[in-house]
Amino acid sequence: MRDISMHILDLVMNSIHANASFIRITISETSETISLKIEDNGRGMTDETLKQVVDPFFTTRNTRAVGLGIPLLYQNVKNTAGSFNIDSKINQGTIIKALFNKNHIDCIPLGDVKETLLSLIMVEPNVNYIYKHEKDNQQYVLNTKEIKDILAEVPINHIEVINWLKKDLLQYNKDFKIGLYKGGSKWQN
Amino acid sequence: MKKSIADLAKIRQETLRKIQLRDKEDTNCRIVVGMGTCGISAGARPCLSAIVDEVHKRGLSNIQIVQTGCVGMCRLEPMFDVYVGNEKVTYVNMTPEKSRQVVVEHIVNKRVIQEYTIGEVEK
Repeated sequence: MRDISMHILDLVMNSIHANASFIRITISETSETISLKIEDNGRGMTDETLKQVVDPFFTTRNTRAVGLGIPLLYQNVKNTAGSFNIDSKINQGTIIKALFNKNHIDCIPLGDVKETLLSLIMVEPNVNYIYKHEKDNQQYVLNTKEIKDILAEVPINHIEVINWLKKDLLQYNKDFKIGLYKGGSKWQN
Repeated sequence: MKKSIADLAKIRQETLRKIQLRDKEDTNCRIVVGMGTCGISAGARPCLSAIVDEVHKRGLSNIQIVQTGCVGMCRLEPMFDVYVGNEKVTYVNMTPEKSRQVVVEHIVNKRVIQEYTIGEVEK
């Protein structure tokens, strides 16, 4: 994976395949760290599965031997001397936390989280996503449920809506407030 | 905030009108993008963005874009299937540029790009 946004896409796909209907993605940036948290209400994992989840090629799928997503993330976190944690409860959901030391020479960039979000909304519109990005005492929150409520019968992944989201909604430095935008002034990239 | 909500409500109205108009046309097309770990790391996301962008640019409707996990041919990722009616074509080793070409040639002009298909690549 070239950047953290790719890992986010991969992890959220895991949540979707675990039948999650709600997924919260939180990114907190400081001058030294990037903290990533992904929470879902999917089917969760047993303690036994949790123990093996960072082992390459461990999978609960029985069709073919895949299972590299979490080990790759774990490796990228370890490369920056960061921390990694997974907590999961059967039928309740899973929480994955990863902390990257962003000044470490081996830290991968954050990447284009906007494209990751748009991809997720496009291919899995029925899932409700909350995306929160905190940086420099400001935070931006996008809640797709709010947008769906406004759109009513128009699907959120309708091409016109996606294009609008792409152009306006996720431009952090523009004056939009459809998500619960907090922190006062405009986002500074 | 009010301005943005008003914008979105306006888009809703316009989109509804377009949906009603376009529902009479029947493209009946589905694109299934491989978005397992292998697909994502090979570049599925830029391909998906290119497809969405081209579909929008061409004003195409009734095109469903969905995802699937790893289908066991990781070496051929990024890949996606295009279903038009009952016919399925699998495109492999895709790039954003090739993805745009598929939208134009396969979906708009109804011509399969043979050289990008799994049958051709796996010969």
